[in-house]
Amino acid sequence: MSDLTHMSIADALKGLESKDFTAVELTQAHIDAMAATKDLNAFVTETPEIALKQAEESDKRREAGKAGALDGIPLAIKDLFCTEGVQTTASSHILEGFIPQYESTVTAKLFADGAVMLGKTSLDEFAMGSGNTHSYFGNVINPWKGSDAKDLVPGGSSGGSAAIVAARGAMGATGTDTGGSIRQPASFCGITGMKPTYGRCSRWGVISFASSLDQPGAFARSVEDCALLLNSMAGHDPKDSTSAQKDVPNFAAAITGDIKDLKIGIPKEYRMDGMPEEIAKLWQQGAEWLKDSGAEIVDVSLPHTKYALATYYIIAPAEASSNLARYDGVRYGQRVEGEDLREMYENTRSQGFGDEVKRRIMIGTYVLSAGYYDAYYIKAQKVRRLISEDFTKAFEQCDALLTPTAPSAAFAIGENEDDPIKMYLNDVFTVPASIAGLPGISVPAGLDSNGLPLGLQVITKAWDEETAFRVGGVIEEKASFTALPQTLSQKAA
Amino acid sequence: MSMDKETIRKVAGLARIKMDDVELETMAPQLSKIIDWIEQLSEVNTDNVEPLANVVNINLALREDKVTDGGCTDKVLANAPEEVQNFFVVSKIVE
Repeated sequence: MSDLTHMSIADALKGLESKDFTAVELTQAHIDAMAATKDLNAFVTETPEIALKQAEESDKRREAGKAGALDGIPLAIKDLFCTEGVQTTASSHILEGFIPQYESTVTAKLFADGAVMLGKTSLDEFAMGSGNTHSYFGNVINPWKGSDAKDLVPGGSSGGSAAIVAARGAMGATGTDTGGSIRQPASFCGITGMKPTYGRCSRWGVISFASSLDQPGAFARSVEDCALLLNSMAGHDPKDSTSAQKDVPNFAAAITGDIKDLKIGIPKEYRMDGMPEEIAKLWQQGAEWLKDSGAEIVDVSLPHTKYALATYYIIAPAEASSNLARYDGVRYGQRVEGEDLREMYENTRSQGFGDEVKRRIMIGTYVLSAGYYDAYYIKAQKVRRLISEDFTKAFEQCDALLTPTAPSAAFAIGENEDDPIKMYLNDVFTVPASIAGLPGISVPAGLDSNGLPLGLQVITKAWDEETAFRVGGVIEEKASFTALPQTLSQKAA
Repeated sequence: MSMDKETIRKVAGLARIKMDDVELETMAPQLSKIIDWIEQLSEVNTDNVEPLANVVNINLALREDKVTDGGCTDKVLANAPEEVQNFFVVSKIVE
């Protein structure tokens, strides 16, 4: 059965169509794989009964010749997407037991195309974090191990989604990316992760963190599979006024392998002091792969890169402090009683939120408070424009940018916990594109000397996911990344 | 600029998060460090730069002014910590 869990979505769709196996068999194989990888703690809520029921219906649809684009494909759903009738927590105690009465647009579209839901995956609480170490429901463990066999983080915030796809417990997964929460865990877990342009996918029914930055996207084990998932997830939604009224192209068709007409920019500011030699080398290797495939490599400059993280850590907490004001113990979620209404609010929020969420609400409240609003928030929005204009200028010289995805491979659980800023630096290469609303894809490109995966990121212009998929496809082909997480290869041996 | 314990107490009040003295003391140096770090933006010359809020120029669409949703009190109240006769219940706020 295990070959069913190692298959790509594209191949599984062919296998289902030619009746090599049924959706129920495919789903059951993944439910078994989830049980075998339970120690990763990837899920907050598993939904095997729903999955098998959906799979049975899928088999009937296929029998009737009415199969959708993803019919019968078992997926994991980040527990930030509201799913009707299924607990949705954002990995926060304050939402423990919350049962949405509606379905997020993105999951509704996936289900309308026949996808099967295996469960809801863990994340950093309210998507705030880079290691999945800030979940109320415990740490998620990366299926990859270094030579010392210590437990490593899967990255974050979409750590559960990335870990379970890497561990072959799901064929693909949804994620959300505010400052790198799809791309960085994809890099840490050796899989592909795509954050599309801000506005490409509806945010309706996705629990809000920072509304001007949040964007749903996809994880899978190939560039093509990510394209297939995004095709189903994307598109205008009248219920999200920031979702774009643009046609959704056929993303998978963009993966032609031909990049001879493209110019690839290498932003010099991403050569950070202290960048590990292995990451610098892999980046250079990536540029050579693209050059060998006929693309032209050009040096470009994004002069405000060094200010992107500080800009992000004003804008994102400011928006979060407003968005999270809704958790007041009145309409849903946990309530902790107090002497009066105000004390009920304060007790509820004090006991309901974890430390990192509190820190960000506090920073956000501070930068928005009287006397500081212009100095911090407006200033950050001005620098945001400068960062965005850097990209606009760079794209006058090139079609896509190539960068490392993250400044390190997966680190040990507990590392970077002493200092919040050290954790924030994980997103140094992913935050700038988020600030500018641009699409970015992370593709696994190699292993470091410790046996851990490293990803390369391709960033393109707004609405040009097709070029990101096209370049990503070439990196995938050249890298021919076939390594398996040690926890899987050991079990197989 | 460092954030002292009293500033943090005030911000925690604005954010409606109860914090005891131990928590305030733990959080003060952490938040001060983050604020010091984000202050690096003061180096950037932003004279004559307009703030950017709408990042990909999506124009907000207009629609007909009519009710498209509602009539689902049960769903609205389904997750309420306490409800009586189709109302959310909180402690008394008017004397």
